Amino acid sequence: VTLPDDWEMVVGLEVHTELLTKSKLFCGCQNHFGSEPNTNICPVCLGLPGSLPVLNREAVDFAMRIGMALHSTIAPSTFHRKNYFYPDQSKDYQISQYDLPINSGGYLDLPDGSRVSIERAHMEEDTGKSTHLGGSGRLAGADSSLVDYNRCGVPLVEIVSGPDIRSSAQARTYAAELRGILIATGASDGRLEEGSMRFDANVSVRRSGQPFGTRCEIKNLNSLRSLQRAIEYEALRQVELLEGGGVVRQETRHWDENLGETSTLRVKEDADDYRYFRDPDLVDLAPDQAWQDRVRAALSPMPAQRRGEVVALLREPSDAQLDAVEVVIDLGLEKYVHAVADASGDAGLAVARVANELAADVDHVANLSTESFVATVLMEQRGELSATQAKTVLGEVLASGGDPHAIAASKGFEQLSADTLGSTVASLIDAHPDEWQRYREGDEKLAQFFIGQVMKLTRGQANGKAVIAELQARR
Amino acid sequence: VKSATQIAADVRSGASSAAAELERTLSVIAERNEELNVFLHVDIDGARAAAADVDARIANGDNVGPLAGVPIAIKDNLCQVGIPTTCSSKILEGWRPPYNATVIERIVAAGAVPVGKTNLDEFAMGSSTENSAFGPSRNPLDPTRVPGGSSGGSAAAVASNMTSLSLGSDTGGSIRQPAALCGLVGVKPTYGLVSRYGLIAFASSLDQIGPFSKTVADSALLLEVLAGHDPKDSTSLPEASPSLVAHVNDGVAGQRIGLVRELFDGADESVVTAVRAAAAALREAGAKIVDLSIPELELTLSAYYLIAPAEASSNLARYDGVRYGLRVKADDVTAMMEATRTAGFGAEVKRRIMLGTYALSAGYYDAYYGQALKVRTLTINAFARAYEQVDLLLGATTPSVAFKFGAKTADPMAMYLNDVFTIPTNLAGDPALSVPFTTGEEGLPIGVQLLGPGRSEARLFAAARVLEIADGRP
Repeated sequence: VTLPDDWEMVVGLEVHTELLTKSKLFCGCQNHFGSEPNTNICPVCLGLPGSLPVLNREAVDFAMRIGMALHSTIAPSTFHRKNYFYPDQSKDYQISQYDLPINSGGYLDLPDGSRVSIERAHMEEDTGKSTHLGGSGRLAGADSSLVDYNRCGVPLVEIVSGPDIRSSAQARTYAAELRGILIATGASDGRLEEGSMRFDANVSVRRSGQPFGTRCEIKNLNSLRSLQRAIEYEALRQVELLEGGGVVRQETRHWDENLGETSTLRVKEDADDYRYFRDPDLVDLAPDQAWQDRVRAALSPMPAQRRGEVVALLREPSDAQLDAVEVVIDLGLEKYVHAVADASGDAGLAVARVANELAADVDHVANLSTESFVATVLMEQRGELSATQAKTVLGEVLASGGDPHAIAASKGFEQLSADTLGSTVASLIDAHPDEWQRYREGDEKLAQFFIGQVMKLTRGQANGKAVIAELQARR
Repeated sequence: VKSATQIAADVRSGASSAAAELERTLSVIAERNEELNVFLHVDIDGARAAAADVDARIANGDNVGPLAGVPIAIKDNLCQVGIPTTCSSKILEGWRPPYNATVIERIVAAGAVPVGKTNLDEFAMGSSTENSAFGPSRNPLDPTRVPGGSSGGSAAAVASNMTSLSLGSDTGGSIRQPAALCGLVGVKPTYGLVSRYGLIAFASSLDQIGPFSKTVADSALLLEVLAGHDPKDSTSLPEASPSLVAHVNDGVAGQRIGLVRELFDGADESVVTAVRAAAAALREAGAKIVDLSIPELELTLSAYYLIAPAEASSNLARYDGVRYGLRVKADDVTAMMEATRTAGFGAEVKRRIMLGTYALSAGYYDAYYGQALKVRTLTINAFARAYEQVDLLLGATTPSVAFKFGAKTADPMAMYLNDVFTIPTNLAGDPALSVPFTTGEEGLPIGVQLLGPGRSEARLFAAARVLEIADGRP
């Protein structure tokens, strides 16, 4: 979608990610998605009178890893209270970082070469989860509400970008790249469907060269698709409004996935006054150099670097191959590709097998050693296995382990001897004289016909390239 | 009446038993609680079980701690498993905590027997216990007068000989002021010395738990048990508990003690006289008395009444009817919260929530809360400068002796002014104590206040002990 005339959209994203800590941000309760409601709770995360928060060191580690991956400055920081009444917030205030976040500044480079600045990445606690019964399913008009406090106090990092994004596609790419970074740091599992990453988008429009327009914030987008669609819709809405002589009101908007449109949640004048102030129950957080060094040393390479390393193994990669590389990086399976390259194998073939066969059964990759993968790819490359056979072998090893050579043998995948192939091709030529004639006269399509027939007779044991060689020899 | 030190010695030696000491306590409570309204809840069964446990451990030859068999009264803003904990508020009526405050764990581990929960001004906001939703406590020395507050019930428990020790909390004077009005020793420790875990917060940056007792030695004994690092409280000091009992008789020879004009100016004449007499007694014992003025202290009352309500407005937000305590039914969640808080909180609590909410609001923060924080910094610096010149400071605890019921309820400012001498140390985070010294109108006790820099409790107890002896309680 492009905006009409010389309109330009200006987008900044606020991304919340839950951290993969063992326990919650300020108590020892298990941080686990999907438990029975109200089982991972204690006096602290329930905000019982007299309870006090104690900061989780592991959460600080993760927050710093995120900051380091985003080239942020790690600075002494403080915790504030954001005060507002809501039933799923057990203390009726949220502990968050305010004017002094742990990570400030930074940037994220996107695969297309563009750079999006990072304003800050700060720590805060998540709220519980309300379920509203009756009415529209929202709080207003519900018959009753149930609250699950398992999520209350789960550690979050909120990553705030600068207003540097200029298209919905770029917003999506930014979110996807950030997701890859968060997974690479080990701080997040990046599971959008479980709400472990959530997006808020600040959207405004302007004519090129003009100052920023008034922005609207779209809250709680929970998939890359919704993010892109919501931004597109909102930018177009604002352009139409302005072109019609209207003005954009600063407000918070809700994205309706089914209707495919945004609607007003609250206007700025009604915005809560959160009465932020330093949380007197917590002390300043100032990780010393030794702590920072420890965290930095444990940081794995980021997706951009890993992507570059895999692409460097490919000769003039096609777009489809680059997409496949994306899958490999996303799943963190590039070690298989590197192992094949190290064995002087075909990295392109390895990328294809990882992006398809391994990706299809990613839960079982532990069954597949890099040695087994390399052996299978090399067998395919040498023509000892057909593509179909190689896929079957990989599928077997993924499902239940084992040695690829032994599996190939037990399936009867040994390559046909040259004699057997020769006699098979000879008998087919005799059986299909017309087709043979046309092939001899230059109709290359018929090669596929003969390959198909050979495969049929040999139950897929033949190698396509060997069949063509056999046909050529007799042409 | 025995001191806690004596009870613990007798229980350990077999001269008495925890059970016998508890029964004496329960009989005094039975006799006087109805009149004085000291305890909101007496945990007879739990206390008897705890006492039996102490006696069994002694019979078994176990080393029971320094508070062996000592009955102790607990201010009802401290959480104790299964025991109704109300903060003297209707909003928490019926709530029973599922966990113990750290101080409860510590005193029980030291052999003490918690006997019940004492009355206070609602959420510790007040100076007379007249703000309790369950009626005021009475001063055992004159039941027509207030015992002070907010820890009025804990003070009255000791003053009426129900127990020899009690726990209070002090945010702006809530231990020292009732101690003064009831003729007791009361201590506000260094901020962070005693864990706040399980203390229901009023103003988190100011609240500290501390002891009441009749003797200086007993307060030192209890504070030594209470103090020390707690990993559950992020603001807890990292150091282990200081040695206090061993230093009670250290005296004040060679100590420089500053007599601070701003800490007694404007007090009743009897109080000023008592403070000057205390200075003379300390000089007599070998201290060097230095007249001091710390003008910044004049600003602290105003700063306190912004900072404490601001924190309270946030701390008390959780009482919304959703999870525990009172719930007043209404059409929707917001209306339910409003109705619950309207019905559950008393007038003074509402006044402070409104003050604090206002002070933190956009557009007012800098002029009120932000300004108060600056005054707080000035106060901290002013005390620090004073402690470069002297070791301890001396002043009054309260402007007057115990006042009559209703004397100050009509005018909140008059009530607030009662804390003018005690508030400064809470803002600074430094320790202070009140020790009885001479008497005033109608023979009512007067408390003088000793203040010191952070972690100077041992020195404070030694100076207080000098005054105790000089006042005729050897």
